Amino acid sequence: MAVSAFEFEKPIAELEELLSALKAPEKRAEAEAQGIDLDEAIATLEGQLRQAMRQVYGHLTPWEKTLMARHKDRPYSLDMIRLIFDDYMEMSGDRLCANDEAIVAGFAHLAGKPLAVTGQQKGRDLKERQRRNFGSARAEGFRKALRVAQLAARFGKPVVSFVDTAGAAADLRAEQHGVSEAIARNLAAFSVLPVPTVAVVIGEGGSGGAIALGVADRVLMLEHAIYSVIAPEGCAAILWHDKAKAAEAADALRLTAQNALELGLIDEVVAEPLGGAHRDPAAAAAAVREALERHLAEIGAMDRQELLDRRYKRLRSFGVFGAVAPDAEAPAEGE
Amino acid sequence: MAAGWFGRRSKAKAMESVPEGIATKCGGCGEIVFAKDLDRNMQVCLKCGHHHRLSARARLAITVDEESLVEYDRDLAPSDPLAFPDYVAKQSAAEAKSGLRDAMVTGVATIDGAPVSIGAADFAFMGGSMGSVVGEKVARAMERGIEKRLPVVIFSASGGARMQEGLVALMQMAKTSAAAARLQAAGLPFISVLTDPTTGGVFASYASLGDLILAEPGAIVGFAGRRVGNQDLGTHLPANFQTSEFQLDHGMVDRIVPRKDMRPTLAYLLSFLSPEETHGR
Ligand SMILES: [Zn+2]
Repeated sequence: MAVSAFEFEKPIAELEELLSALKAPEKRAEAEAQGIDLDEAIATLEGQLRQAMRQVYGHLTPWEKTLMARHKDRPYSLDMIRLIFDDYMEMSGDRLCANDEAIVAGFAHLAGKPLAVTGQQKGRDLKERQRRNFGSARAEGFRKALRVAQLAARFGKPVVSFVDTAGAAADLRAEQHGVSEAIARNLAAFSVLPVPTVAVVIGEGGSGGAIALGVADRVLMLEHAIYSVIAPEGCAAILWHDKAKAAEAADALRLTAQNALELGLIDEVVAEPLGGAHRDPAAAAAAVREALERHLAEIGAMDRQELLDRRYKRLRSFGVFGAVAPDAEAPAEGE
Repeated sequence: MAAGWFGRRSKAKAMESVPEGIATKCGGCGEIVFAKDLDRNMQVCLKCGHHHRLSARARLAITVDEESLVEYDRDLAPSDPLAFPDYVAKQSAAEAKSGLRDAMVTGVATIDGAPVSIGAADFAFMGGSMGSVVGEKVARAMERGIEKRLPVVIFSASGGARMQEGLVALMQMAKTSAAAARLQAAGLPFISVLTDPTTGGVFASYASLGDLILAEPGAIVGFAGRRVGNQDLGTHLPANFQTSEFQLDHGMVDRIVPRKDMRPTLAYLLSFLSPEETHGR
């Protein structure tokens, strides 16, 4: 599979190129003529390739993960939906003014069980990207997602969200139609949605536009996905007035799935196939599917009030504080 | 989303920290105005009506009944969950500048006799940005409303989520919004007041969830910074893009309330949102 290579993937790309050249039929005749054991050479190289891949992909820097999360061949929400669910029927529109194609929402079956699904969709070619605003939703998209989720909740169906966006749209129309209100509304409404919910960050979890689909009972991230309050480029511009220092900013922001797990902000990191989800989307989807089934079975068995209480407790637990000196003047909390 | 863009810079200091200057250049009209005149007029320019920023304490002082404020969680202090470059130094500088441990002051007070759970953001502390402490104080103010059966009033002044707390800060959007949802479910009102500036992750969370939303005139109110919008799009933007007036025009704000009218307006609205007084009972 031809995959575009990043700088850090160059050693791997070179080995792959060498391998595919050796595997050409004319090379076999050439090797035999010279008495070289081609199969042994190929096996050795394949071993080196596996080792190089484990080395490279097992030790990606936060910036390299950012590049992986944004990879143009990475499976997007609709790819995940197609690969994970038995079927899928998309629904459209916010019932107010528009159908924002930056977000998809609809119904699907997972191992025969019905649920609602929503996610940002970036678009594969330029035409689709423009139609979907590169996966950057406006208010209309967030309102569509909420409409479908609340309909599912009325009928007791769980909701699965796929998060993959550079961020919400920040243009004139987004502002005119209340993108901030729509994000806020989703945060509030998903926090009290009376059905089991799972969110999976499959690529880029870009700030407010991401978390607008990210409030759930269980939050999972793919191994090379990122989740951040601000893009590393934006952070670098603010901190050092230099967008080129994005790699340093990515370190500082601690935006990897592994960081989010350490910070206690997500529940699980779902392993990707060696080399990243884009090298084997079916395997990536299978891993997500396994995790989804497992988590939905756990939270699906819970009493609904308990589920909501746990969800609130989880959200309330987010925050890290410094030493709190005793306060003589103010009454103690809960008085 | 994150606070890095702080809108228009205003040289005006809050009421209580003026002494270093006897006069200042108004951010609205560009005239030199006397600090004493600003002090006498709630930091509103007598010449042009420009609303200069207020500290959290000055805000509460002009909003609640005298001596009625009981402050809570005063010493809730920030941490440095990501070990982010220079964050601890920025916290110290912000504390020195604002006299606060973080960018939000909360408590219980009365407005024209009506008890409320109240909060006010302070832009002088790292641009009023929302990290763990601001998020926690907002959530507790909402929960205090539920426990004590009080309406909640929060004045926002924030560039958004605090970049230095990364994903932890982003999660404060969800935390505060979930608390607002609980408040609403408990049948209690929330009045959100947007002051200069209210942008990014604060505008896109609890601040947009008020049952009623008021805004001060001329405040920067929007999702992303105006500069970001200009850069990314190059589109022609209306002159009042991302201001209180723009948000009023587009249905996101109930009323624009000049500072001198804020307290009576809140008192009036709170009388409507009191669960006790209904007809036919
Ligand atoms: Zn003026």
